[in-house]
This record gives sequence, structure tokens and C-alpha cells, in this order.
Amino acid sequence: MLQDRIRELKKELVEYATLVEKMIAQSMAGLLNRQETPLLKVINELEPATNDLEIKIDDLCTTTIAQYQPRARDLRIILMIFKMTSDLERMGDHVANIADSGLFLISRAPVKPLVDIPRLAGETTRSLSDSIAAFLNEDAPLAQQVCERDHIVDALQVQIFRELVTFMSSDPTTIERSLHLIRVANNLERIADLSTNICEDVIFMVEGRVIKHHREERNGKEKREKA
Amino acid sequence: MENTVLKIDSFSAYFGDNKILKEVDLTVPRNVVAALMGPSGCGKTTLIRCVNRMHELIPGATVSGKMTLIDEDIYAMQPIVLRRKVGMVFQKPNPFPTMSIYENVIAGYKLNGIRMAKPELDSIVERSLRRSALWDEVKDALHRKGTFLSGGQQQRLCIARALAMNPEILLLDEPTSALDPKSTSQIEELFVELKRNVTMLLVTHNIAQAARVSDLTAFIYLGELVEFGPTEKMFTVPKDKRTEEYLTGKFG
Amino acid sequence: MIGGDVRGRLIKDIFFKGIVCLFAFLSLLPLFLILYYITKNGIMVIDWDFLFNLPRPIGEAGGGVWNAIVGTLMLIVLSSVISIPFGITAGIYLSENKAGKLSNTIRLSVIVLQGTPSIVIGIIAYLWIVAPLQTFSALAGGVALSIMMLPVIVKTTEETLKLIPYHLKEASLALGVPYYKTILKVILPSGLSGILTGILLSVARITGETAPLLFTAFGNQFMNINIFKPIDSLPYRIFYYAMSPYPEWHSFAWGASFILVVLTLALNLIARGISAKWKTRF
Repeated sequence: MLQDRIRELKKELVEYATLVEKMIAQSMAGLLNRQETPLLKVINELEPATNDLEIKIDDLCTTTIAQYQPRARDLRIILMIFKMTSDLERMGDHVANIADSGLFLISRAPVKPLVDIPRLAGETTRSLSDSIAAFLNEDAPLAQQVCERDHIVDALQVQIFRELVTFMSSDPTTIERSLHLIRVANNLERIADLSTNICEDVIFMVEGRVIKHHREERNGKEKREKA
Repeated sequence: MENTVLKIDSFSAYFGDNKILKEVDLTVPRNVVAALMGPSGCGKTTLIRCVNRMHELIPGATVSGKMTLIDEDIYAMQPIVLRRKVGMVFQKPNPFPTMSIYENVIAGYKLNGIRMAKPELDSIVERSLRRSALWDEVKDALHRKGTFLSGGQQQRLCIARALAMNPEILLLDEPTSALDPKSTSQIEELFVELKRNVTMLLVTHNIAQAARVSDLTAFIYLGELVEFGPTEKMFTVPKDKRTEEYLTGKFG
Repeated sequence: MIGGDVRGRLIKDIFFKGIVCLFAFLSLLPLFLILYYITKNGIMVIDWDFLFNLPRPIGEAGGGVWNAIVGTLMLIVLSSVISIPFGITAGIYLSENKAGKLSNTIRLSVIVLQGTPSIVIGIIAYLWIVAPLQTFSALAGGVALSIMMLPVIVKTTEETLKLIPYHLKEASLALGVPYYKTILKVILPSGLSGILTGILLSVARITGETAPLLFTAFGNQFMNINIFKPIDSLPYRIFYYAMSPYPEWHSFAWGASFILVVLTLALNLIARGISAKWKTRF
């Protein structure tokens, strides 16, 4: 009975994650192809759907804990799903921001051809789907990889930022559009960051090891200092 | 109303002058597991025994109020007729010791003198034992005595015996409290399957069991029905303060 | 000193245990002596002739106790047929109704009956059966013996049924089985071994009763299977032969005693066997 519930929760979670991936894809499509329809769909249809899913999964987690008193791994799985849902909900908010900026950007002339932003979006989507896969397959090594790849995403975001700063300093008329592009990049980076949160939780669930907040790095540094 | 199997209206039970149950109102729909939980002595066992009028075996027991099974007044029926429509499983497994497993399952028919052809009896035995998840374990030993089985198996035999009569509702009085954890969880899994065909009213003093197994839960305290509703809601947001205190272990 | 105290207690311990063992052994002595003497004196008389022939008048050689054996068996059957139904029913009633006027009266009657001297019971049977029928009869003997069997059967039935767990009755009633059928088809069969044991033990007891038969069944030199006529029995034959002045008949008495002892012993052992082997496990 408990196992049935856990299966159901995993299924709902995958559905949620798929929805968010779809939202990212739609936003990027709208931005790159300069189409309004996908962007509006994200804001008006898909984002509210994520809110509903979040409430549904929350409720299911709560009643499962109340009714079945799961322990050990089962408990970690359910607590993880709980947290992942909240992470996914914030991701949804971020995508809505992207779509919002997208709507502004396509109503104006483009500042420059978009190269890095699609690359960043690709990395973000990859991190998200890998983190979900790591959860489903309880694949700690994969989760570890995603965490280590985060620096690529960070680097891309910094690059986009620097490039747009130079645009803005040379041509003040691009400021508003550049700021929106920076917003898009920032939101994509946040989404990737939330994916690494998920991966840290996966490692906890599988191995019982806490790697949050770079705890291991700090421990390693302390050890080196002592030696 | 055909969806309601048992309706209890303002029902009270007395042992002499002692009022054990106080104006209980309860409706049990079809194909659910309804659990009755509450601290010891709260009246939940009395309530369940009033449904098949077993409490009448105790001298000085009286009742007031109404209980309806499907569309018949329980207290207007003959107890014997009633008890053939209501199955009961007790706390301590009690297969008949002088009868074989086969004979135990059809005991309800044999003892009541209901004649049936052997092939029909065979199919009743197989069907009942399959439904109580015991068939595979005993199919080659149907003519051995029932008392050679383990505790959990004996209890499943008693469930099969009750199911063989095709009851409208199955009453279970703490059916797993005399069993080890493994047998308990086997039988709990059984309930999930069984409720597709039979409605069940389960008394348990084990709160966790009520949470795991039931669709509806009733909390009874000092003879009163304090709260009755979907299990999910009762265990996350109980409406009555007393329910909350019971669930969080402040008493009971 | 502590050491001396302990030693004293140990000695008392051993002494006490020794006394207990000795007395236990001594209490077995009478039984073994009885068995020894009866076997020693009785077994040489036993042969085909003795077992299956009728008594011959004095002067003729040979003869047997076949009529006594048949008589004893008939009396057993008669008294069982009378006492078993009443005894078991009373036992069932007592186990179902633990309190109440009738129950208490029955229990008291059973105790009194058990303590009543057998010869008094014989006189009662004389009054009830022999006088109206104007003849000694097997029936009268059967009635007397059945009265003696009653207390044991009632008590054993009650005790056996009390041991049957209540939840067995509940299980049957919850299936919609009426009360009387529950008793007959569930409870009684579960207590069968105990009840049978009680019956066998009471039979073993009355097999050797002589006093009540003296003026009811009376005894008969010839074979008789008519219950309205006097009938012979082993105890009576033993009495008759032992009281006679003829040594040949004395040895017949030993032989008949041997048969009686064997019969009684066999009944007791069978009763124990049933009790052990057929005992219902709950």
C-alpha cells in the first residue's frame, strides 16, 4: 500500500518536471522564433497548471506520511519529493519570468543574435532532466555530475552578463532590452541551481550523505588547514 | 440509498443500567473499509457486536435506536437470519477444531443444514480460500484439521469461513491483535483486495492500522461517536479536539 | 554458624523427600498385591471351557461363567443406555447455566448421589422396579447401576464442556447457527474425548458393583437375555462361589475375579488412551 503511494508520487513528480521542461522549451521557442503564442501559453496556461500540481503533490505527501508512517528510505523519498515539488514550483515561477521578458523582447528589435542564451537554456534543460532521472533511478553518480557541471552554467551566465554590459555601455538605447536579456539569463541560471538542489537531495536519499551548502568542501578545507 | 450497506440511527446500548453507547449515528457505504478506533472500553466492540446482535448473548443487554442493513431493520429480523447475512471475524482465530479446513470453510452451510451439491461446495471452498489468500497454501491439505495452521493462516481461514456465506458486511473485531507483525501485514493487504467485493467494518485499537487500512474512520470515545470521516482527512486535519488529542497520544 | 545451619536444613530436606517417596511406594503396594494374588490364583482357572460354558451343578466337573460374562455386559449396556442421555444432558445444562436455582440443585443432587451407599441405591431400585414387576430382573439391576453412573457422567461432561473456549461457541453463533445446533454439532464433538472418558470410567466403576445387584438382578444359574428376568453377573458369581463351601468353586471365584479385574483394567486403560489420543486441541 505504501509502495503504491510512493509509485504514484513519483509518477506525479515526473509529470510536474516534464511540464516545467515543456515550459522552458516553449519560452525559448517563443523568444527565438519571435512568436507570441507559446509565451502566452506559458504564462496563462502552463504556469497555473504547475501551481495546481504542487498543491496536489503536497497533499498526497502529507496524507501518505499521516497514514503510513514511512521510515528510513521510504521517509527520505517522500520528504525529497516534498522538497522537489517546491523547487519545481519556483522553477515554474522563473520560467514565467522568462516568458514575460520574452514578450517584451519580441515586441522590439533584437539587440544581437541570440547564441549564448539558447546554449544556457540547453544546459539548464539538461540539468533538470538529469536531476529527475537521477532521482528516479536513484543514481547518485549522475546527481554528483550535475552538481559538478553547475560551474558551466555559472560561467555562461557571467559571459552573457559581461557581453551585454559592453552593449549597454556603448549604446544606451539597448539598455532596456539588454536588462531583459540579463533577466532571462539569470532566471535560467536559477533554474539550473534549483536542479543541483534536487541532486543534493538525491544523494542524501540514496546514500544518507549530506553535501548541501558545500559541506564537504568546508570539511575538506578544515582538514587541510589542520594538517 | 442502495449504496449504503449499514445505517445506524441514534443507537444506544445498555448493560443493565450502564449506558455503553450514546446515540450513535453512522452510515457505512458499499465496498469500503470503515475503521472504528478509540481507547479501551470506549464501546467500539459493543457497537460492532450490536450489528450482528451478538451482544444479546450477555444477560442484561438492551438497546434503543435503529440499525438498518441495506433496507432491513436489524432488530426486527430473526438473529439467526441476520447473522447469516453478516460475517464476523474475532480477535482470536477460532476455526472449529473437530473439522477439516474444507469443512471449516463451508461450516456455515453444513451447520445450518443447507444442502448443496458437492461441486458447488467445492467451488465455494476454492473461491473463499482464494479471496482470503489462503488457497495456495492449503489446497493440497484441505482435509487436514484447521488447528494445524499457523495463527495468521487460521485467521485467514476464519475470514474464508465468513466470506463463504457471501455476507453483505464483514465485521472484524481486532482481527490482527493476536497475530505476529508479518501475518498482520498479510491480512492488512488482504483487506485492500477484499473491499472490492465486500464492505468491512473493522474495530482496532491500533491507530496506525486504522490509518493504513481504512477509507473511513470513526473515533469513538466514552460511548460517543466523536468524529467520522475520510481517513486521509481525519489523520491530517481532525475536526474535533478530542480526536486530535487521541491521535497525538495524549490519552488512550 | 551459617555452615551448620545449612547442613541441618539439607538433612531435613533429604529426610522429607525420603519419607514422601516411601509413602508413595507404600500406597502402591495394595494394588500390586491385589493384582499379584488374583493373577496367581485366577489365571490357571482360565480356559476355553471356563469362559464359554454355563455353570454346572456341584458334583459335575467343569463349568464356566459365560452367563455371568454375558450378564455383566448386558447390565453395562442397560445402565449406559439409561444414564448416558440423562447424564450428558444434565452436564450440558450445568455448563451452560453456571448459576441459578436448578443448576445449584442439580449440583447438590449429584454430590449427594455420589455419596449414597450402593446398597441403598439397590433398595431403591427394588422398590421401583422389582416390586411392581413382582420379579427380579436385569432391568432393575440396570436401573440401579445407571443411578450410580449418573454423577460421574454429569460431572465429567460439565467439566469437559467448561474447558471448551467460549470463542468456539461465538464463532458458531456468529454464522447464524441456532443455539441447540451449536451445542450438538460444535461443542459436544469438541468435548467428545472428555465425555467418552467419563463414560468409560463410570462403566469401569459399576462393572464390579455387587451390593445393588443382590436384590435387583439377583443372579441366575442359567443363561438369560430377557431383561425382565433375573440375570447373572461377574460380581454376583464371585460372591456366590466365594461363599460356597466347595474348594473347586473357590478357584472359580478366583477365575471370575481375574476376568473382572482384567475387564476393569482394560476399561481404565482405554479411557486413558482415548483421553490422550483423541483430545481436541484448541
